[in-house]
Amino acid sequence: MTIIDPTDAIPAPRSGDAEKTGPLLEVRDLHVEFQTREGLVKAVNGVNYSVDSGETLAVLGESGSGKSVTAQAIMGILDMPPARIPQGEILFHGRDMLKMSGEERRKLRGARIAMIFQDALSSLNPVLSVGYQLGEMFRVHQGLSRKEAKVKAIELMDRVKIPAAAARVNDYPHQFSGGMRQRIMIAMALALEPDLIIADEPTTALDVTVQAQVMDLLAELQREYQMGLILITHDLGVVADVADKIAVMYAGRIVETAPVHELYKRPAHPYTRGLLDSIPRLDQKGQDLYAIKGLPPNLLKVPSGCAFNPRCEKAQDICRTELPPLVPVTERDGTELPGRASACHFWKETIHG
Amino acid sequence: MGRYVVRRLLQVIPVVIGVTFIIFCLVFALPGDPIQALAGDKRADPNIAAILRDHYHLNEPLYQQYWHYISGVFTGDLGETYNGRAISDIVSQRFPVTLKLGLTSFAVEAVIGILAGILSALKRGKFLDNVVLVATLVLISIPVFVLGSVFQLEFGMNMKITPISGIEKGWPQSYILPAVVLASTSMAYIARLVRSSLTESIRADYVRTAIAKGLPRRRVIGLHAMRNSLIPVVTFLGFDLGALMGGAIITERVFNMPGIGGQLAQSVYLRERPVVVGLVTLLVLIYLVANLLVDLMYAVLDPRIRYE
Repeated sequence: MTIIDPTDAIPAPRSGDAEKTGPLLEVRDLHVEFQTREGLVKAVNGVNYSVDSGETLAVLGESGSGKSVTAQAIMGILDMPPARIPQGEILFHGRDMLKMSGEERRKLRGARIAMIFQDALSSLNPVLSVGYQLGEMFRVHQGLSRKEAKVKAIELMDRVKIPAAAARVNDYPHQFSGGMRQRIMIAMALALEPDLIIADEPTTALDVTVQAQVMDLLAELQREYQMGLILITHDLGVVADVADKIAVMYAGRIVETAPVHELYKRPAHPYTRGLLDSIPRLDQKGQDLYAIKGLPPNLLKVPSGCAFNPRCEKAQDICRTELPPLVPVTERDGTELPGRASACHFWKETIHG
Repeated sequence: MGRYVVRRLLQVIPVVIGVTFIIFCLVFALPGDPIQALAGDKRADPNIAAILRDHYHLNEPLYQQYWHYISGVFTGDLGETYNGRAISDIVSQRFPVTLKLGLTSFAVEAVIGILAGILSALKRGKFLDNVVLVATLVLISIPVFVLGSVFQLEFGMNMKITPISGIEKGWPQSYILPAVVLASTSMAYIARLVRSSLTESIRADYVRTAIAKGLPRRRVIGLHAMRNSLIPVVTFLGFDLGALMGGAIITERVFNMPGIGGQLAQSVYLRERPVVVGLVTLLVLIYLVANLLVDLMYAVLDPRIRYE
């Protein structure tokens, strides 16, 4: 049994030249911990993933699984201290961002890597007009004048299909509806046409019809600009439509990676299976909805062995003592399944049984 | 906005009438005879006293006296003291001192208080933060007259860098020491207010967004966080501006400054009804204007507040 780097197992990138320089973004063995009064919280414990230009990686997991912390580490917006990155690399165009100076990283933020946050109302500054907040990107990163920046801001608002952009550019965030505000967040991330966008639960705060519109817009813009997209979510429905591949996280580790449709068809980790089974389905109307029993682990005291073992129906003795590595998943006859890996001692039983 | 300002200004009229009437009644209710007070320890000459009582309408009922007074105010006549000095004279002589002292003090508390608060918030938990916290605690706990006397001793007597008292040297030399003393308590409050509200907004989501946009730290703190933290600070400053203009009786006494505060105290003592009412009315007007300014500042600072 070998521990694999899941980036090797993921299908070849679409753009030709990426093969020479490696993937757009590659996270290697990332650890993040927080020093708190109660002790050391190990939020991320060795995450590996990669994204290419034009590719969408969905990172799936419950609250506290470390998916957002990983994203914030990539953005470089973790509060350090209390956060600490004791180990790991974040390669962007092949360069380790963790070794860059603060100023170098600042110049990448917003310009080359942008982030869309969950709650646009609290994430936009309530006392500055949206035009100002959009224009700020151009003024700070490109040195445009206030006037030029406003013109650009209106263009951006048009780009994300906000009606009457020119008339609304001086409005404030609270004067927009939830969906429109999230479009403004998207516009802000898109402003300088970054190579990579990280969307942290971009639709969680929206109602369902607006969710679909916003996701479609995001997917469309991503295709157009050939950006890499990391989509952080706990909503399996959102993922199915837009993602190319999925990484499932649990207690700060990746427990399964797979191309999107394969994951839905044949999960190779009991946790993923549990997640899929807990989606409400029309053909099960009237039956009790499945729920994974128990609670997510306390990150101060992650269970020994597989972190999922106290909640797992298939747990054996080995699960309580030995940490399962992320290993490639194969067919019954040993044929490789490209891009698939699972961190379960009993992945064979889970996928084939 | 324009309509709002007009409406607020119109509200001033009933407030002034109400306040003057209440003050008038309160001074009226004070025991003691103002005409006898003029004569000091000697018995006042009954004939002269009768003439003066008649001249100042002191024999008429309260409402008539008030009517004489208020109709004078609306025609621009603030009346005169019982020894025949025009009250407008007193105001024009005393008020500039209070104004200079108050504004200097206001500038000191705003600038130093806000700067100390920002430093403290940015270095939260570090040495500098603790220095600010202890210093503000000390300032809040020391009474003004103690601080004033200590300052006079240190800066006036020992170091000889400022006058000890009086206003002979004019602004700024004579004013800087009393202004700092007068500002000390509010300055400490402002430092703590800025510290807590800035700490809160630094943790806000929109500040995280600003950092994620790749903005320089100066801009993240100075614009995105500060704009939101200033709202409670402006409230306090506006309230305090009114209080400072009201004259600082203790500070003026310690530094021997001929301001409004001292005059007001003296007039209450002498039962100078028109002077007390006139000065208080003036202070009420200043308070109302300061309040209006604060409310208008809200709209500038926070677009979510709209007036109609």
